[in-house]
Amino acid sequence: MPAEAESVTTPAADDAAAAGRSADTTPDADAPRSREGLRAIAGRWETLLVALFIVLLPIGQAISPEFLTSDSFTTGSLDFSEIALMALPLTLVVVAAEIDLSVASVLGLSSALMATLWNGGLPLELIMPLCIVAGGLCGAFNGLLVTRLGLPSLAVTIGTLALFRGLAFVVIGDDSVTDFPAVWTDRAFGNFAGTAVPNVIVLFAVLAVLFAVLLHFTPFGRSVFAIGANEEAAFYSGLRVKRIKLTLFVLSGAVAALAGVVISLRNSTAAANVGVGFELTVVTAVLLGGVSIFGGRGTIGGVILALLLLGGIQKALLLSESISSYWIQIVTGTLLVSSVLGPNLVRRVSDARRRHSTQPTQEVSP
Amino acid sequence: MSAVDATAADPTATGGEARRLTEWVFRVRELGIVGAFVLLMVFTAVMEPRFVNADSLRNLALNAAIFAILAAGQTLVIITRNVDLSVGSVLGLAAFMAGDLLSAHPGLAIPAVIVLGMALGAACGALNGVLVTFGQVPALVVTLGTLYAFRGVAFLWTDGRQVNAETLPDAFLNLGTGSILGVPTLAVIALVVVVVVGQALRDFRVGRELYAIGSNPEGARLAGVRSGRRVFWAFVASGALAGLAGVLFTARFGTVDATAGSGYELTVISATVVGGVAIFGGTGSVYGAALGALLLNTITSSLIVLKVDAFWQQAAIGALLLLAIAFDRLVGLRLDAALRRRSALRAG
Repeated sequence: MPAEAESVTTPAADDAAAAGRSADTTPDADAPRSREGLRAIAGRWETLLVALFIVLLPIGQAISPEFLTSDSFTTGSLDFSEIALMALPLTLVVVAAEIDLSVASVLGLSSALMATLWNGGLPLELIMPLCIVAGGLCGAFNGLLVTRLGLPSLAVTIGTLALFRGLAFVVIGDDSVTDFPAVWTDRAFGNFAGTAVPNVIVLFAVLAVLFAVLLHFTPFGRSVFAIGANEEAAFYSGLRVKRIKLTLFVLSGAVAALAGVVISLRNSTAAANVGVGFELTVVTAVLLGGVSIFGGRGTIGGVILALLLLGGIQKALLLSESISSYWIQIVTGTLLVSSVLGPNLVRRVSDARRRHSTQPTQEVSP
Repeated sequence: MSAVDATAADPTATGGEARRLTEWVFRVRELGIVGAFVLLMVFTAVMEPRFVNADSLRNLALNAAIFAILAAGQTLVIITRNVDLSVGSVLGLAAFMAGDLLSAHPGLAIPAVIVLGMALGAACGALNGVLVTFGQVPALVVTLGTLYAFRGVAFLWTDGRQVNAETLPDAFLNLGTGSILGVPTLAVIALVVVVVVGQALRDFRVGRELYAIGSNPEGARLAGVRSGRRVFWAFVASGALAGLAGVLFTARFGTVDATAGSGYELTVISATVVGGVAIFGGTGSVYGAALGALLLNTITSSLIVLKVDAFWQQAAIGALLLLAIAFDRLVGLRLDAALRRRSALRAG
C-alpha cells in the first residue's frame, strides 16, 4: 500500500506538485527524486505510524491489563467503526484539496431520519437505503455549492455542519427511537461468523478495499490526485474537475449516512444528537494518515494505520482508571495539529541543514 | 477580496471610482442587515407585541452583546483569510475561570477578573497564532484541534463541578444584569469593544495591514507588511476578546459548567460572514459583523417568541451562513465584471 501514492500519481501531477506547492508538508514529497538518501532517512510516514502503533501496545498494556485482549479489540473497533467508515471518503476529499466538516452532522441527520421513518412504519430494509440516498443528497448539496458557485469547501461545510445538524433536530426533536428489530441490532453489534471481528469491521474492510482500489488503481483516483496537486493543470489537461469533486462530496455524504445507520443500530438508539463532534476525530485520522491538507498526497493505507493508532490510543485512555477520559479530546486535538506541524518542522530543520551543508546554488527554487 | 485587488492593481483615476463602487456595495450590505433587522422586529412585534417590551429587548441586547464581542475578534482573524473555530471553547475556559476565582475569593476586584480572563484568552489565542504563523499549519486544522483540546481542558479543570450564582458576589452579577442610564452594562461594554476594534481596523496602519494580508498575501509581503506578526496578533486579539466574552458570560448567567459556550463558534462565524466579512478575506468591517451578531440573535429570539420550534435555530444559522457566502460570491463576480468593463471603457 505505501508505495502507491507515488506510482499512481501521473507524471503531470508530480511535476505540478513539484512546481506548484511550496507549502507542502512532508519532507519526502518535495525532495527531488535524486535525493533518495534523504528520503530514506526521513522515512515514510507509514513507517512512523507503524512504529508508533508498536510503541503504543506495551504502553496500553501497562495502562490496563485488558488492553491486549480480543474483548478490548472488539469493543474498541466497534466504538471506532463509524469514524473509520467516514474517514475513507474524506481521504479522497482531502486528497482533492477540499474538506468536508459536515460528515458528523450528516451522520446525525441520517440517524434522525431513520428514527422518523421507523416511527412512520416503514420497514428497516427500505429505511436504510433511503437514509444513504439522503446522505448522498446532503453531499451533493455541499458539492454543488463548492463546484457550481466556486465557494470554499471549508466555509460551505461549516455552514452545513450547522444546517444538517439543525435539520436533524427539526426532523425528530429531542425524541429518540430505541425499538429497532433485534435481527438488525444484533447484526450491527455482533461478530462475524464466530470470530472476534465485529460485522461492522467487515463492512469497513470491504469499503476500505473499494476506496483503496478507487483511489490508487483507477483513472478516477489518478484524477483526484491530479486535482489535489494542481487544480488548474488538471482542468487544462481535460479532467472534469467539477464532476469529480461533486462525486467525492456525494460519496462522503452517502458513507456518513451509512455510518449513521450503523451507529443507530449498534447502539439501538436513533436520535438527532448522535455523533456530535465526530468530525474532529475523522479529520484527525485522515491527516494523521499522512494525507496532505493541501491536497495531492495521501494513501488509504496510511489512513487505516492512523485509524488503528487513534483507536488504540482512545481505547487505552478509556480503559485507564487513573487517566480521565476527557484527555481523549485533548490528545486527539493535539494529534490533529501535530500531524501537520510535525512534518512542517522536520522540513524546516532539514532545509536549514541542507542550506548549511550544500552549495547555495542548488537551493534556488524553480 | 477581488474588488480590493482590482483597486490595488489600478491606482489611477479609475481607482477612486472603483473604490466608490466597492464602498457603495458594502454600505448597501450593512444597510441590508439593518433593514432585515427592522423588518424582523416589526414583523415579530406585530405577531406578538410582547416581543418589544423592555424586558424582552433587554434580553436581546444582553445576548447580542456577548456575540458582538466574539464577532469583533473573529472579524480580525477572518479578514486575514484565516478562521478561529476555537472561540467557543476559549469562552468556556475563561467563563469557568472567572466563576471559580470569584467563588473562592469573592473580594477580588472585578477589573482584575476581566484582565485575567482576557489574559487566559490571549494565551489561548497566542497558541493558535504561533501554530498558524510559525508552524505554518492551516488555521482550520489548528483551531479545529484547539476547539476540542481547550474544551477537554475545561472538562478536566471543572471535573464535573459547576459554579452557581449564589456563590458569586453581587457586584459581579450586576455587571451582567445591571444598566447604565437604562442601557444594559453588557451592551455598553460590547459597544465600546466594537467601536475600539472597528476604528482600529478602519483607520490604523495595523488594521489596514490586516486587510492587505487577506486581500493579497503575497502583495502584502512584498509591500513590507510583516504578515506573520500581524496574523499572530489577530489570533491573540480574537482569543482575548473571547476571554472577555467568557467573563461577561459568567456575569450574565451566573451558572457555569464545562460546556459554557459550546457550539458558539458556528453562530459567531455565521454572524461575522452574514455581516459582510468575506470568508475569502480582505473585506468587511467590525460594525457589519456586530450587526450580523445582532441580526442572528434577533432571529433566534423571534423564533422563540413566535413559538417556532426551537430546533429550527441551528438550521437557520447554517442556512444564513450559506446564503451569505453565496451572496458574497455572486456580488463579487458581478462587481469584478463591472470594474473590468469600466477599466476597459477608460482604456479603450
